Amino acid sequence: MPLYYTQDHEWIDVDGDTGTVGITDYAQGQLGDITFVELPETGTTLKKGDAPCVVDSVKAASDVYAPVSGTVTEANAALEGEPELVNTDPEQGGWLFRVTLSDTSELDGLMNRAAYDEYVAGL
Amino acid sequence: MRYLPLTPANRTEMLGVIGAATIDDLFIDVPAEARLSGPIANLPMHASEMAVERHMGALAAQNINAGSVPFFLGAGAYKHHIPASVDHLIQRGEFLTAYTPYQPEIAQGTLQVLFEFQTQVARLFGVEIANASMYDGSTACWEAVAMAGRVTKRSRAVLSRGLHPHYAATITTMAKFTGDSIDAQPPKLVGDPGPDGLISGIDEETSCVVVQYPDVLGRIPDLATIAEAAHAKGALMIVVVTEPVALGLLEAPGNLGADIVVGEGQSLGVGLQFGGPYLGLFGCREKFVRQMPGRLCGETVDAEGKRGFVLTLSTREQHIRREKATSNICTNAGLCALAFSVHMTLLGGTGLTKLAKVNHAKAQQAAQRLAQVPGVSLLNTSYFNEFTLILPRDAREVVRELADQRILAGVSLGRLFPGVANLANGLLVTATECTTAEDIEAFATALEGVLG
Repeated sequence: MPLYYTQDHEWIDVDGDTGTVGITDYAQGQLGDITFVELPETGTTLKKGDAPCVVDSVKAASDVYAPVSGTVTEANAALEGEPELVNTDPEQGGWLFRVTLSDTSELDGLMNRAAYDEYVAGL
Repeated sequence: MRYLPLTPANRTEMLGVIGAATIDDLFIDVPAEARLSGPIANLPMHASEMAVERHMGALAAQNINAGSVPFFLGAGAYKHHIPASVDHLIQRGEFLTAYTPYQPEIAQGTLQVLFEFQTQVARLFGVEIANASMYDGSTACWEAVAMAGRVTKRSRAVLSRGLHPHYAATITTMAKFTGDSIDAQPPKLVGDPGPDGLISGIDEETSCVVVQYPDVLGRIPDLATIAEAAHAKGALMIVVVTEPVALGLLEAPGNLGADIVVGEGQSLGVGLQFGGPYLGLFGCREKFVRQMPGRLCGETVDAEGKRGFVLTLSTREQHIRREKATSNICTNAGLCALAFSVHMTLLGGTGLTKLAKVNHAKAQQAAQRLAQVPGVSLLNTSYFNEFTLILPRDAREVVRELADQRILAGVSLGRLFPGVANLANGLLVTATECTTAEDIEAFATALEGVLG
């Protein structure tokens, strides 16, 4: 399934009109040990660029931005007891929330893996 | 750090950079007639230190000192006996001059005190978590309202009619800028207002209901019934305690369903101090901890497994999270919290209960005697150390007339609620362990005189 990346270091894995959102391995490495994830509630309507989710690490509390517009269908309940999953498995088991996309054309503005890797290399 | 004043050349250079000719150019927005030119009229010239001391002493002697006359004032600031050891301990240099404890490796003493303080507040309030203190009771109360908005994602707060009007004013002032809607009304002069009026104001849009315990007229509300009604609508109950000594006898608010408990800690260890600095107390249920404002100290173990203390969850705080912080408080009232903690430690649980019993007994004696004064009646059906009397005429005038006789008779409701006509005859009277039988008799006799 196609993966897209943002300049704010979120990834979104899209299957039809459903997307799974998380933060990248680079992002978790910059944040350090993650102690808490404030997840969005199911049913929350998002506009691209909204900040529905907050990741607290020992260094900072950082907003996670919605890479696309849509409606939240699920949040990763495993993170409530085990927020460190975002550190150990950021791009799989440490996903944050799922969203039904309201406008799949918004994906056109995002990066693919190669473009994201190049972007990170330039930081 | 040395203080290096600027030279005239420095000033000229800086003014040149910003394009101003003189320092006064920086104040051209102030109208000319509002600017001071020359000395202030009628201000005497300098005098010797001795002469100034004598002058200031004479001015201060015009005040009636709380400790020197029969004193029955309360209404949110209480005169209690503070053991001399409290002042002795808080003035130790290690405590008095300690800076904010960001570095646990050099601040274990300060951090341990804050941890003990939090533990005491949490136990007193019957909640799982308390922070390292806020600025005072009224600002802590607003912070609780703001926090309830974050937790419930609603923005309408219902204030009990029994909430101290200054607390209600603080909330209303802050709500102007956050857009929260606030329902606030003055109290009704009844012995027991009951919970129904307050409960009828709670709906599905309500973030919280704010209840003072005991309330501003000294009455003790039925918290459990209000909590149940609030929770049924998905709202939080915030309980405000302006006199924490009361909790030596009353059930802790957390055990009666309070979600957030705030209070003014002044009455333990801190003193009246002309109205400040005071001490905000703040506690809540553990599940809301990430929405709680303020600094939090936690217990942990160091690299060698030894017990130690640190500031924790600080990513909620303004110095890290900036505009998304839970609050703009970036500190705590450290010295006042220390005084509270030392006094509380000296009392212990048993001592606090004993102190509370003495306070209530004194208030009963005062209420009984004062209600015998012709024309005077007691409003309350319940109270701790503070109660409301109904006088046959404006209580504000009576307070003045008694002050002329060197008796500080209490706080008139006309002063607390200016312009609310039906409250004008109410007088709020407080008795504490400092009140003597002679004080009560002097007050009652003088009251008979001015009402006779």
